[in-house]
Amino acid sequence: MLSQAFPRLASRASALPRLSQVRFSSSSTQAQTPFLASRTAVFASTAATVGLTAWYAHLYGISFLPEASANTAAEDGLHPAAYPWPHKGIFETFDHASIRRGYQVYREVCSACHSLDRIAWRNLVGVSHNVDEVKAMAEEIEYTDGPNDEGEMFQRPGKLADYMPAPYPNEEAARAGNGGGLPPDLSLIVKARHGGADYIYSLLTGYVDPPPGVHVAEGMNYNPYFPGGGIAMARVLFDGLVEYDDKTPATSSQMAKDVVTFLNWAAEPEHDQRKKLGLQAAIILSSLFAISIYVKRFKWAPIKNRKIFYNPPKEAH
Amino acid sequence: MASPIYSTIFKRNSVFVPTVFLAAFSFSIGFDMVTSAWWDSHNRGKQWKDIRSKYIEQEE
Repeated sequence: MLSQAFPRLASRASALPRLSQVRFSSSSTQAQTPFLASRTAVFASTAATVGLTAWYAHLYGISFLPEASANTAAEDGLHPAAYPWPHKGIFETFDHASIRRGYQVYREVCSACHSLDRIAWRNLVGVSHNVDEVKAMAEEIEYTDGPNDEGEMFQRPGKLADYMPAPYPNEEAARAGNGGGLPPDLSLIVKARHGGADYIYSLLTGYVDPPPGVHVAEGMNYNPYFPGGGIAMARVLFDGLVEYDDKTPATSSQMAKDVVTFLNWAAEPEHDQRKKLGLQAAIILSSLFAISIYVKRFKWAPIKNRKIFYNPPKEAH
Repeated sequence: MASPIYSTIFKRNSVFVPTVFLAAFSFSIGFDMVTSAWWDSHNRGKQWKDIRSKYIEQEE
């Protein structure tokens, strides 16, 4: 009957059986296999299960097999607590007053041993200091420049485009000055350590006497947060070590918080702008997504709601 | 078909295209102002512009 009424349609439908099924799916009345019972769903869920199991095993080991580890918990280092940083959270900027204090701690304490290669003086402008302050700070440092017209290198005061001066000219000098230990560059240290800001804060404030039975090598210091426990850096932050110009009490935990905030800024100078743009992009993209869903439903409503009737021609007697 | 929005905006392409551009321009400015205002009030006291005045006075 169908082939009588629509001969072309019927021939196409028989030539492409699957396509015709799809084409008329919205108007067919016969019971369809539910999606969850389909072969696609079985394949997809199997693949997801295998993938998740493999991922879990890769991260944490196979959970139902006993595991041998050469490390004790102490050798992995104590896990830091999660601290309520002012910049923790997707809508939170850095506390810039804290960055300013942290720069002071870095300059007066950390910079004796640690370099900060990737931060230039100009990066501080509009973040923690105004331009005149930064110019004055840069001019206090002598930089080697040149060659001049005679081919000589010469010394000149620093300017905004210069990078932070390093305490040692090379790695060997840094090791020689610190009993063989190399003080790492601090530009990206917050990104470069597991636990990030929490870890560095815990490390700076976590120096304690070694527990009984723990032997710390000559020239090393005990810190439970440092993997292995023995760290070449001694405790440096003591109460009242620096004097803040905004009259904040310079306790060792306050200095550690400020310098970690500063180092977090140094590792992620784009942080504030990134979070703000992320907020704006999330608003715009989710609005566009909602609009696209609405338009799709609007356009498809007549197609989804139609019902095709076929009235067979009256048989001629 | 002669609704006012059609006859003023959609009827002529020479009006429609500038309308799209103007709407995009003004929306982006307005959106930026609204989100920035919320952002600055949410992070009040933490950003450099909030503490900048202290150090400008100190200089003079």
